[in-house]
Amino acid sequence: MNSYYFLIPISLVLGGIGLLAFFWSHRDGQYDDLDGAAERILYEDDRDDRIHPNGNESR
Amino acid sequence: MTTVPYLPTEEEIRLASKSVGQGLRETVLSLPTIHCGGCIQRIERALHEHAGVERARVNLSTKRVTIQWRERSTPSFMIKLRDLGYDSHLFETETDRKDPMLGELIRSLAVAGFASMNIMFLSVAVWSGAEPEIRNLFHWISALIALPTLLYSGRVYYRSAWTALRHFRTNMDVPVSIGLTLAYALSFYDTLYGYHHAYFEAVTMLLFVLLIGRTLDYMMRERARSAVRGLARLVPRGAWVRDDDGREHYMPIASIVPGMKVMVAAGERLPVDGQVIMGISDLDCSVVSGESTPRTADTGDQLSAGMLNLTAPIVVVATSTADNSFLAEMVRLMEIAESGRSGYRRLADRAARFYAPVVHTAAALSFAGWVAATGDWHQSLTIAIAVLIITCPCALALAVPIVQVVAARRFFENGIMVKDGSAMERLSEIDGVVFDKTGTLTLGRLHLRDADEITPDCLSMAAALAAHSRHPQSVAIAAAAKGERPLLNAIREPPGLGLEADKDGHTYRLGRAAWALGKDDETGTVLACDGVLLQRFYFDDRLRPAAFDVLNNLRNQGLTTEIISGDGVAPVQDVALALGVSTAHANMLPGEKLAYLEAKRAAGHKVLMVGDGLNDAPALAAASVSMAPANAADVGRNAADFVFLRDSLIAVPTALKISRDSRRLIGQNFTIAAIYNVIALPVAIAGYVTPLIAAIVMALSSLMVVTNALRLGYESNLGNLWSPKKHYADGPLGHRLKGTS
Repeated sequence: MNSYYFLIPISLVLGGIGLLAFFWSHRDGQYDDLDGAAERILYEDDRDDRIHPNGNESR
Repeated sequence: MTTVPYLPTEEEIRLASKSVGQGLRETVLSLPTIHCGGCIQRIERALHEHAGVERARVNLSTKRVTIQWRERSTPSFMIKLRDLGYDSHLFETETDRKDPMLGELIRSLAVAGFASMNIMFLSVAVWSGAEPEIRNLFHWISALIALPTLLYSGRVYYRSAWTALRHFRTNMDVPVSIGLTLAYALSFYDTLYGYHHAYFEAVTMLLFVLLIGRTLDYMMRERARSAVRGLARLVPRGAWVRDDDGREHYMPIASIVPGMKVMVAAGERLPVDGQVIMGISDLDCSVVSGESTPRTADTGDQLSAGMLNLTAPIVVVATSTADNSFLAEMVRLMEIAESGRSGYRRLADRAARFYAPVVHTAAALSFAGWVAATGDWHQSLTIAIAVLIITCPCALALAVPIVQVVAARRFFENGIMVKDGSAMERLSEIDGVVFDKTGTLTLGRLHLRDADEITPDCLSMAAALAAHSRHPQSVAIAAAAKGERPLLNAIREPPGLGLEADKDGHTYRLGRAAWALGKDDETGTVLACDGVLLQRFYFDDRLRPAAFDVLNNLRNQGLTTEIISGDGVAPVQDVALALGVSTAHANMLPGEKLAYLEAKRAAGHKVLMVGDGLNDAPALAAASVSMAPANAADVGRNAADFVFLRDSLIAVPTALKISRDSRRLIGQNFTIAAIYNVIALPVAIAGYVTPLIAAIVMALSSLMVVTNALRLGYESNLGNLWSPKKHYADGPLGHRLKGTS
């Protein structure tokens, strides 16, 4: 019975972290080019030229 | 394509870019032909090595590249891209930023998904028979999760419902908002007093499913819209203006006022309406008026925006501002035409109009009935809310968008962009098709007739001359000639007349017969040597691939086919005869085309208009539904519901078939939703619906609707209807207008 009191909050917090991670990756533009991301891993170019969707900084 | 490949000038690129600070400017280009990782690498590498480019990033999903370049450098990257073999078009910079609405929908969807899953875990425990203490605890946790979810994810619905109510209207979101709020309030009350059932998981799951439908619908529209925006523009964004001191400035079109002298180089389109004050040239008016043969413009002639200057630079004095020009007149006519179309009500809205009162009456009646029978207010209210939840338009909210998203994908695979879902619904209801001629039924490209019967010497001589001109007839001659061409020098192009060159002491002329032969009564296009006729040339416009089969197919489906064109009677009749169209109207002005379509509507017909020109734009807006090829004028493209990217007219029957299939599937989905309600409603009214049952039937009906929609992906395959082998047997360019036989 008592285990509920910490197990449920832990599971909710873990889920919430996942949700925040999704928010961050969405905001960071990681879903902007799904087709391109699939192709880019095939090339050994380490240049990161991402142009940020919400600002002017490049990374 | 009616257009000569057109690259924006450096000034235009600068004008369309925007400053991003640190001495950098940003330009977004659409690259319609990129398709793989190799393209990304080649383009990015080339751009990085290009002088002045600071950063470049290709987006393969949207087929765009964002380039940041140093303000002081010359933006010449479009030439670089063309040399690499990629067509690029300037993309409107003010629209390239992430769409805030889509972001909000996706975040709302994520929150609703997170909440409904967590509450579902807790609810499963409750349904499996938890002790009252744990049950209450779980209900409280659920209530705590559901409240912020309802406020955050539900605001999309609350906002829309509030806007509707404030204007004394109602929409689908009003019953949704009421249902969600009531269900939450009652569940909260039950939690407070420790009752057995709470509907928190139903609230969040309902929200989740409804948001899926809404997000899909939005994404589909946005994708098509941005694909159309990425196509090449016909009219440039700015023009060179010469002021009174003789200095030249590059100005945005919006700031050109009447009286300014605008310089139009050969190969450019007129940015504004104007009168020629210097120079003689040939102008291609096909996009503006539908005429297939170019006209000569001399000093004093009045020209309208969008015409293509072919042979020599001219100076025009602007006679109207950009928002007062022929173009603006077209836009005004379009607005008038569109107001007539707004009478169309979407299928989902029609269903909601019928559905919402039934649901609300059922809920109210069961409440009244239970109060009368038992006198138990709480139980009556619980049952009434169970009725609301179980009938809430879950499957209904998915029934239309899910089918249309699958259909949009089918359209996309066939090279057709669809602006919104209602266009598909309207297309499935048509009873006739009206075509424009130049650029729609035909490719809008002149073609040399009977090239085989011309002696090779004459043809190669003519081609050698023609290679130096942009005139459509010259382009056609140059394209028809294969093999060696004599070398010529000192080629002159007297505007409006033709081309002239000397070789071995003889003067060769290609062009107007009256000029080349020196006789005023001669007409046509000829090649002459020292005034002696060598060869006459005849031209015709070629039909789009598969035009004949497409029109036959449409007629076999019982649709009427008609042509309305701004071109002369003879060329229109030729096309009508070749395609077996009995109703063909020539010399139609834009206003007449509009009136024609409005008369059709008044007579109760629902027609599809297919057109490409500026002069078609009002008619496109007036028709029940409209289609334009990708090379259409910008205004026409924006007015059309569908834009097809490939040359072939097969797009028309393809679109029709997909629309009709999706219409049928939507009908089936409505039936599924109705059957589900017929079964579920009596159970709910009888008071047997527990939250568990509500969750199961809601998920089941949604699943059935989605599965049914996915069938469209397999059913609409046109492989049997249009065997490419059979229909392309006559070569990729399709039928000729007048055969040699």
